[in-house]
Amino acid sequence: MDIAAIAKELNLEIRSARDRLENIVTGGYTGDLLSDVMANSHAGDIWITRQVHQNIVAIATLKEHAGIILVNSCEPAKDTLERAKQENVPILVSRLGAFELTGKIYNLLAKDK
Amino acid sequence: MLKVFHCDFHIHTCLSPCAELDMHPQAIVEKALGVNLDIIAICDHNSAENAPYAIKAARGKNIKVFGGMEITSSEEVHVLAIFDSPDSLSSMQKYIYDHLTGKNDEERFGVQAVVNEKGEVEAINEKLLIGATDVALGDLLDNVHKLHGLTIASHIDRESFSVISQLGFVEPGMQFDALEVTPRTGLTQARNKYPELSNYSFVVSSDAHYLKDIGTALTRIMLAEPTLDELKMAFTGKNGRHIME
Repeated sequence: MDIAAIAKELNLEIRSARDRLENIVTGGYTGDLLSDVMANSHAGDIWITRQVHQNIVAIATLKEHAGIILVNSCEPAKDTLERAKQENVPILVSRLGAFELTGKIYNLLAKDK
Repeated sequence: MLKVFHCDFHIHTCLSPCAELDMHPQAIVEKALGVNLDIIAICDHNSAENAPYAIKAARGKNIKVFGGMEITSSEEVHVLAIFDSPDSLSSMQKYIYDHLTGKNDEERFGVQAVVNEKGEVEAINEKLLIGATDVALGDLLDNVHKLHGLTIASHIDRESFSVISQLGFVEPGMQFDALEVTPRTGLTQARNKYPELSNYSFVVSSDAHYLKDIGTALTRIMLAEPTLDELKMAFTGKNGRHIME
């Protein structure tokens, strides 16, 4: 399943890297402690977080995440968005909280297998 | 003439809900003198209301007390902000209170006592000092510097509320004047553990929440006198001022 399909299914708003929405999502990780995300997430994950600091882009590129979804309608900080555009990392925004969004994406990925 | 000063930039008082009530300004100054500290900074969570009393308690004594705060950024990174002017400290206090919401729950988090230099309770602070401000880390560091303060990233080796736990790494552009490690790690081990941070000055502090913690950690710094300007020189290794590792 690609990001575009998840975005469509869950009404996510796209903030950066529209040309990367065909990135395939193979799993997911939910977390706000970047040290933990760095240690435990995997390539191909969609990363669900409340952190909007620009370091999220660095972590997502380092870990080769498919993209980042910000929860609770949180917007990326200005420099975060700039960096995401530069690095071509998709950042999307959801109105849902982390628990609900994670559950929905988990189910979508499970159904897709 | 330069000499070595024993410094601890991270001491809480009974204003921090997580600190013991015996940590009132006068007791802290006496204890710090007793363990031969030369410079201390009072850094409660998001508040500096006890700092002026600690400065008063130290008047005429052989110790320099700086007022400061341990501020929680919106990313939940703890940062020590240290000032030498009372006006700067109160400006920072106002700014932080404007960006901090919530009410403390004494039962759950603890009492937040404002205590004067004689050990008398002046007030109970009702703000949720343990909470996070809505100020982003970069803006926070800029604002401290605009008020001529020093910024030290708190306990970067800890798994909670540190710049590394919250944000993964210290980005090269982050304007910290120094990085703090806990005594468990210490300066020598910190240099081995964080080779990528070799451009930063490191300090060790007690992060004292109990009187018995004061004196358990210190940083030895070569200075001419105990001022913030001298410390700035030491953190950048200028004019012979430096941190002794």
